[in-house]
Amino acid sequence: MSTRELTFAQAIREALDEELARDERIFVLGEDVGAWGGVFRTTENLFQKYGGERVIDTPLSEEGFVGLAVGAALTGMHPVPEIMFGDFITLAMDQIVNQAAKMRYMTGGQIEVPITIRATMGGGRSSGAQHSQSWHAWFAHVPGLKVVVPSTPYDAKGLLKTALRDHNPVLFFEDKVMYHKIKGPVPEEEYLIPFGKADIKREGQDITLVALSRMIHPTLAAAERLAGEGISAEVVDPRTLTPLDEETLTRSVAKTGGAVIVDEGYNRFGVTAELAAVIARGAFDHLDAPIERLGAMDVPIPFSPPLEFATIPDEEKIVAAVHRVLEGRRQ
Amino acid sequence: MARQKSKQIFEVESETLLEMYRRMLTIRFFEEAVFTVYRKGWMPGLAHLSDGQEATAVGVGMALHPTDTITSTHRGHGHIIAKGGRVEPMMAEVMGKVTGYCRGKGGEMHIADVALGILGANGIVGGGLGIAAGSAFTAKREGQGRVSVAFFGDGAVNQGIWYETANIAVLWKLPLIYVCENNQYTEFTNWRKLVSGKGLTARAEAMGMRGVEVDGNDVLAVYRAALELVEAARRGEGPATLVCQTIRYGGHHVGEPGTGYRTKEEMDAWRARDAILMFEKRLVAQEALTPQEVEAMRDEVDKRVQAAIEQARQDPFPDVTEVTEHVYA
Repeated sequence: MSTRELTFAQAIREALDEELARDERIFVLGEDVGAWGGVFRTTENLFQKYGGERVIDTPLSEEGFVGLAVGAALTGMHPVPEIMFGDFITLAMDQIVNQAAKMRYMTGGQIEVPITIRATMGGGRSSGAQHSQSWHAWFAHVPGLKVVVPSTPYDAKGLLKTALRDHNPVLFFEDKVMYHKIKGPVPEEEYLIPFGKADIKREGQDITLVALSRMIHPTLAAAERLAGEGISAEVVDPRTLTPLDEETLTRSVAKTGGAVIVDEGYNRFGVTAELAAVIARGAFDHLDAPIERLGAMDVPIPFSPPLEFATIPDEEKIVAAVHRVLEGRRQ
Repeated sequence: MARQKSKQIFEVESETLLEMYRRMLTIRFFEEAVFTVYRKGWMPGLAHLSDGQEATAVGVGMALHPTDTITSTHRGHGHIIAKGGRVEPMMAEVMGKVTGYCRGKGGEMHIADVALGILGANGIVGGGLGIAAGSAFTAKREGQGRVSVAFFGDGAVNQGIWYETANIAVLWKLPLIYVCENNQYTEFTNWRKLVSGKGLTARAEAMGMRGVEVDGNDVLAVYRAALELVEAARRGEGPATLVCQTIRYGGHHVGEPGTGYRTKEEMDAWRARDAILMFEKRLVAQEALTPQEVEAMRDEVDKRVQAAIEQARQDPFPDVTEVTEHVYA
């Protein structure tokens, strides 16, 4: 299989390109996704290639265009609305939570709602408290939605193609810091990655590090550093929150006896809490120390770099958390 | 009634008139039946009834093709019947039975029959407006002349989703008709206390589409206006708003604590202009129906609704194993 290096944004764009070509029901809509190519370039040249009927610029009306997309989905299309900054998804919450998520259920299975909502997440760009948040956990709380949180260009492309063939509402979160900074191998040939399959990004014996989306990268860096200290860390990426691969998570912790969970969403009632509960139940007898949770600090995300970086998990904090777990181990 | 075949009265085919009358009666009798079912404790939860508003629902419903779609409101029973919905699975749904339209999962506020183009009543005020815009988008893409209708109330004109989708619908010339069913009261408050500006059609016009207001208790006025706007949308002329002034006889929901927010004089004036009685009188005056035929049709519709109640009462509740079905496709 021949591969080349693509950025995270290029991988997203390629998935959209291939799926727009494959299925006429698919269309992309959002703010400046058309002729401009998207503020993060994830729809670059798609308007030129597929035209304004398939790659559609909308007014700044998140509730309106997501609502329209829900209606288009349940009448046979597969819309792909883009929420430029994931923070703005608050404006479309009724359409996602009260309409898309439960239309199938409320109608007793009469309809499907195949919609793929792409939204960004992630801080670290001094964008302030309303352009930096990571709200993926909210949607993992809602039955009827699927939630995808890719960490690499390879995963992003394969998972997005799967989302575009799914028959359900899918929330697809892209950490905007990765768009142009993270590069990785992507095969030329077509491939899909199934939902609900965690990926072991690094194998290890002494501790399990669970991380997702961009947090995989400082986590892998931390694992490399820990290896220098003689600590063998396993890095597990769930890749999708709904459905969640509980088995791979618990199997890894059953092997290592300890876990650190890293996410850029808030700790309180968040992804780290849910994953910790899953692991605590599934691998209770194997745990040698309390599970450590590293989420964003429970404060609005500040603008000034030293303040902002203090709120986000990083390599240093992950290494320190691993040390805490290992030092707290039962003898 | 064979003698009226293909005769025109009020410039409308007599078969169409009789079907309008039948559907209006069906709505009235169905809503009265639901009220009974509620009072007798045969249904769980509450119900939002639309008796009084029959002419608006039916005037629009009869202007639509089977392939056209509607979205409805929390007060949706009338719209569903007007679009061809069957009272038997509706009544079963009201009672939470497995034979209901939604297998008991939706309830009286969420009835849908997607095969009939009924994309669901909606518990969120304005909740159907996005779906209706999306259906209009699909319709335009398909190019088959299908039209999407969004029923909404005077409360929903103050929801942002109307303006967001109306702006898009005008820009993209979507075949979408907004039917604002103004029953005068947003829950317990008169709409005039809640709506700024020069009224509801003025808001539609400000968005760049036609706004037409009609007597929502006059089924022929509603039908003619709806037909004109629907056919214009079918031809590709884009969206429009039809405002129908009407009244709900009942409360916001069954069993509400008091109706002191409306005066007896106001309600008497509306009842003197009852949509069904006015239409019935005109049909008899034009000899579209004899008084005996009126009685016969009332009897026929009443029997069908009563039979729906009896059947639904005997039908089983869904098995609890169904609770996890239909979360995902």
